[in-house]
Amino acid sequence: MNHGALSRWLPWVVVGLFALFPLLESTFYTQLVTKVLIMAIFAMSLDLLVGYTGLVSFGHAAYFGLAGYALALMGPKYEAASLWWTLPASLGICVVFALVTGLLVLRTRGIYFIMVTLAFAQMLFFIFHDTKLGGGSDGIYIYAKPTMNLGETVLVNLEKLDQFYWLVLAFTAASFFLLRRILGSSFGRTLVGIKVNEHRMRALGFPVFRYQLASFALAGALGGLAGYLAAVQFGFVNPEILSWHQSGMVLMMVILGGMGTLHGAVLGAFAFVLLQEVLSNQAWFGVAAKHWQLAMGILIMLVALYLPQGLAGLMNSFRRKPQVEAEEGADG
Amino acid sequence: MDLAFILIQLLNGLQYGLLLFLVSSGLTLVFGIMGIINLAHGSFYMVGAYLAWSLASMTGNLATAIAIAIPLTVVLGMALEKLLFRQLYTRDHLYQVLLTYGLILVFEELRSIIWGDDVHGVAVPALLNASIPLTENLSYPVYRLAISGVCLLLALALYLLIQKTRLGMMIRAGASNRDMVQSLGIDIKLIYTLVFAMGVALAAFAGMINAPLSSVTPNMGSHVLIICFVVVVIGGIGSVKGAMAASLMIGLAETFGQVLVPDFAGMIVYVLMAVVLVWRPEGLFGRK
Repeated sequence: MNHGALSRWLPWVVVGLFALFPLLESTFYTQLVTKVLIMAIFAMSLDLLVGYTGLVSFGHAAYFGLAGYALALMGPKYEAASLWWTLPASLGICVVFALVTGLLVLRTRGIYFIMVTLAFAQMLFFIFHDTKLGGGSDGIYIYAKPTMNLGETVLVNLEKLDQFYWLVLAFTAASFFLLRRILGSSFGRTLVGIKVNEHRMRALGFPVFRYQLASFALAGALGGLAGYLAAVQFGFVNPEILSWHQSGMVLMMVILGGMGTLHGAVLGAFAFVLLQEVLSNQAWFGVAAKHWQLAMGILIMLVALYLPQGLAGLMNSFRRKPQVEAEEGADG
Repeated sequence: MDLAFILIQLLNGLQYGLLLFLVSSGLTLVFGIMGIINLAHGSFYMVGAYLAWSLASMTGNLATAIAIAIPLTVVLGMALEKLLFRQLYTRDHLYQVLLTYGLILVFEELRSIIWGDDVHGVAVPALLNASIPLTENLSYPVYRLAISGVCLLLALALYLLIQKTRLGMMIRAGASNRDMVQSLGIDIKLIYTLVFAMGVALAAFAGMINAPLSSVTPNMGSHVLIICFVVVVIGGIGSVKGAMAASLMIGLAETFGQVLVPDFAGMIVYVLMAVVLVWRPEGLFGRK
């Protein structure tokens, strides 16, 4: 099988395998993989900015948290809200926030961009943390999961673990294919061009600012999708979901997986969440499990020092090696 | 609100601002001179506070504790620069963010292993444990004045070191053209190590002298880190003068914010930063 066909069919095969997962009937693992898939959406949305548009955002948790809070605040307190309007409304809020802040932050570059995105996320953090609006530092419970009904029939019951899992899987797959489609289009090529050489793209007549703003808004909407689903899964929101630790964590996932590759972002989310689970597993590591962040920190540092292309780069280097050797053989 | 109350808030704001300057000056120097984003800078502040607490409870004296702790933090800074940061000078900022994020986790866990997760208090040194009465029921603690004074002295020393000494000249030259400095026969690596160690020691020292004023807590580093980043960005990256101006601005804004609009105090700092950056995207004293 050649490489083109592989990259065309592999994602579908992976999605198919994942769809079978809840049939194993393990509540714990179904929940864990649901969490991983949600983080994969989050990581892919940030990868659109960091890996493809060249904008390193350190405040991406803003969208994750904003959509979660939007769901918690919009719905009636003890009854279920309908997903049909709460999801678009939550994403809409994220897009508006992205457009407004984007107008300001896209005036800055490099380290300033990193810091200003952080500042806006921190602003939201303190709005929800210090004021009564979102229940202060305790956050808000979402007592009933949103409904997905078509007329009288229940289309998907989000209270059921496996149905929610499939819904999340569908959203993850849709985000992946949507982003792949967009990045393959001339719009995506232009974004990559801007990443590589912004001045040249401007000189070529591209409205660079508008492209960046569009990418910023799309990343915000997908980040919001992840936040909405996470809020549904955990049943509560608190300011921690938009803290800078969350922004840092998703950035780690993107870099760990390998920037500028969508499957890298997914891999990064998997590696990160699973590492967290494994390292904090008391049955395996005993007392050391309490200090799992030490091992995590060391691993992250090793990746930064020795694995700049992330896991996706590591995979590629395994795949390409035989070819290189073959060429060298031919030369000799 | 009477005059004495405003005076107290003003002094508190200035003192907080000066303390922020100690932490952020190191951050801005390390960025301006070596081009390194150091997320772990707040951890040095935390390490300083914990060192002060543990050594003070061992020796019974904060001054002795600080005298022992400072050389330790200098050594820590030099070791970190030589072992880790040196490898990242030529790399993209993203990897620096990644490495130093990992370093934060390592520091937090080491702190948890060595010193535990409890909140501690450090006693104000007996010599400075007094307050100056302002009105019948308001007074101002001498210790706060003393640390403001120490911070001002250090700021002055830093200014003289960078602007008036030979070493300072090399540091400034190294910031603008690394290769040229090296070909003139100056050991730029040594200068980098020194500057980095100085930044670590300043941040740790801020943690030490502030320990009696606020409790020594886990995660104390991360709040300071983010505020200092705001300071550095408002002041203009690499500008020590800018760090001073922005520190005082933030110190006063946050102190008065907490009194006047407690619900929005946390936000004020970030609104201020957004306003400054819209007006001057390179910060107050930044180079274009």
